[in-house]
Amino acid sequence: MTRNENDVIISLMSRVVSPFIMLFALYVIFHGHYSPGGGFQGGTMLAAAVILVRLAVGNDLAQKQFPRAWATPLGSVGVLIYWGTGFTALVFGGNFLDYKFLPLAMEAAWRRHFGILSIEVGVGLAVMGILTAIYDDLLEGDPRG
Amino acid sequence: MRGRVLSLAALAGFAGLLIYASFGLPNRGDASAALNGPLSPAGTPNAATHYIRNPERDAKTPNMVTVILADYRGYDTMGEETVILTAGLICFLILRRTRSRP
Repeated sequence: MTRNENDVIISLMSRVVSPFIMLFALYVIFHGHYSPGGGFQGGTMLAAAVILVRLAVGNDLAQKQFPRAWATPLGSVGVLIYWGTGFTALVFGGNFLDYKFLPLAMEAAWRRHFGILSIEVGVGLAVMGILTAIYDDLLEGDPRG
Repeated sequence: MRGRVLSLAALAGFAGLLIYASFGLPNRGDASAALNGPLSPAGTPNAATHYIRNPERDAKTPNMVTVILADYRGYDTMGEETVILTAGLICFLILRRTRSRP
């Protein structure tokens, strides 16, 4: 994280690879209905893409990709999406987290389909934010940081 | 030395007991085992059978793991996510330097 900051090959390759890792992570999240994957796995890959750039180009320069101050709020937003989906179902007359009652204009099974998608996105954002935040918090104690 | 021999013997005995007990378990995917049937020994419907048969009808999702994780067991996943957030916040509280200290 400090020694190779000026290495052109490592810096360039990580900057090229990082968006593709993010793209594949989005695929893992949104294709979780049909293949192995889901919010936890995709969120971990999103965090891996962010941490890769932090490791390769140094923590200060990597703030331009994903600022340190966003990480913990992003995790909270993910948890809020999950709880918000649950409470939306509650407000519209169902039980907590009963996606059948979400206000979407389609049949009940498809409402549950998209309720699952909504909470997978929430889980993905939360895992990405928290893993990045833990990395940044650990780096804060590093005198070379 | 004697305590060590005793504890090793106790460990070996316990391992032997567990291995012996594992022979009584049903095989994985054994359709005739009571756990895998549509009804439990008490005559009530088994949850696992419901989860395997109905995801496509309930949520239009072929991947039953996703439906179990996010829909049938939604409370559990909500707890996991909240645990992750709590762990992150605790790392924040322990590791970040406070401004008041010089």
